[in-house]
Amino acid sequence: MKEELFISGRDIPFIDPVLNVWHWQIPLYLFVGGLAAGLIFFASYFYLKGKEKEYPMAIKIAPLLAPIVIVLGLIALILDLRHPAYFWQLYTTIRLDSPMSWGAWTLGAIMPLSILWPLSYIQDIKNYFGDWTFKMPYKLLVWFIKMIDRYWIIKWVYELSIKFRKPIAITNLILAIILGVYTGILLSAFNARPLWNTSILGPLFLVSGLSTGAATIMWMAKDHHEKIAFSKIDLLLIAVEIFFIVHMFMGFLASSEVQQEAAALFLGGEFTAVFWGFFVTIGLVFPAILEIMELNGFKIPISIPAFFILFGGALFRFIMVDAGQITRFLY
Amino acid sequence: MRYAMTMDIKKCVGCSDCVVACQTENNVPIGFCRDWIVENVDGTYPNLELEIRSERCNHCDDTPCVRTCPTGASHVIEGGIVKVTPIECIGCGACIQACPYDARYFHPDGYVDKCTFCDHRVTKGQDTACVSVCPTKSLAFGDLDDPNSPVSILLRERKWKVNAPEAGTKPQVYFLT
Ligand code: SF4
Ligand code: SF4
Repeated sequence: MKEELFISGRDIPFIDPVLNVWHWQIPLYLFVGGLAAGLIFFASYFYLKGKEKEYPMAIKIAPLLAPIVIVLGLIALILDLRHPAYFWQLYTTIRLDSPMSWGAWTLGAIMPLSILWPLSYIQDIKNYFGDWTFKMPYKLLVWFIKMIDRYWIIKWVYELSIKFRKPIAITNLILAIILGVYTGILLSAFNARPLWNTSILGPLFLVSGLSTGAATIMWMAKDHHEKIAFSKIDLLLIAVEIFFIVHMFMGFLASSEVQQEAAALFLGGEFTAVFWGFFVTIGLVFPAILEIMELNGFKIPISIPAFFILFGGALFRFIMVDAGQITRFLY
Repeated sequence: MRYAMTMDIKKCVGCSDCVVACQTENNVPIGFCRDWIVENVDGTYPNLELEIRSERCNHCDDTPCVRTCPTGASHVIEGGIVKVTPIECIGCGACIQACPYDARYFHPDGYVDKCTFCDHRVTKGQDTACVSVCPTKSLAFGDLDDPNSPVSILLRERKWKVNAPEAGTKPQVYFLT
């Protein structure tokens, strides 16, 4: 048996007794990154498949959320920095070895494209908000469309965005997948934190992000056919997610001592209840059951499963970031 | 040139002189430290073994902290010393997560700080602050490429280990056992 009796001369904030360098900002950033990836992915994918008529919400309206949540994510990221005024230095180098650098550049690339996409559908978005009792967004859009006509530069960008919809969709599709995988790789690249150091985290976060995106679309969709389509997609994604989670733990338990101890945090340790009880049960299985009931004809307001999936997706990232910082090498 | 440090577990008494010397020499803010003392107990009663170690950044050969830095603030200089440039550091914390030894911390001014192997002293041929004050002479410093340096001689003559070699970082602080 080996025991670290005590450490003298060390009591550093955020590091001792356990590492706690990343707080709520990074998990929030990972969550909105995944959500944006999901929204952009479905919009581009179904556009390229020519389903504009069938899935109007997914292709035309929902992607409006993407730039908004990306900005939220960037704000969270900046709040996480201890030297926020030096933020721009992320964009003075490209470091292929650093997932942080990858992420900053991916977000930098996807951000303008994610604005161009809804811009090309601005008329449809305006009509969508026309039905709202709360008239503020509608008025704003009407004003904005007037601006398009008034300034040639905006008009030029607007026309470009319509003309180049297809290449934008292709680029967006690729960037969305990179963004979704990246949210997992940001963590899995850290060899020093055994819980994160599993390559399944990339696909797992991608699937989870896509699932939150699908949930948002099905929540927003008005057309019954579209709702059903996205709740089916979501069900499939949840199944894959559960499969990946089981694999992750199988991998941990078959690995070295540090990873077995990381798994133990979830199999009897302090994160057991919140992970299996709240995330897996309430955030995955429960909405999946509701969706299955819905598909079988029960009348269930779609907002309930959608809400729990979003809740589960966010919680999952909070748990992984928190728990990962506790795990470490022992010597 | 490859700087390295050896730390003799058999001689260390855990007096913390190295910690204080570093704090003074490098203006380490109060409440923080770049090196520290660990007391490990091995075994079950009555067969206990106590081990006292003075630890710091291992100035690894394979540096996850440098790899993960998005701006290049963390870098390696001549002799394998791992350093941080404060004005390039955005304080994202990625390198802190990447270090298996928790050797880095946030300086209150917003950048990441860590042991520098006293590069300002060793490039002038002096020992690091911690080595020069150690009253039991349990710490030694030198160039591994020079077969007559104190560390080369000690590593030849003594048995040694490094911390968490399985982390794959090839640490360059050696513990003589
Ligand atoms: S001990 Fe940590 S900070 Fe120092 S070089 Fe190794 S990984 Fe980097
Ligand atoms: S905290 Fe500073 S030195 Fe560390 S990875 Fe971020 S930018 Fe680089």
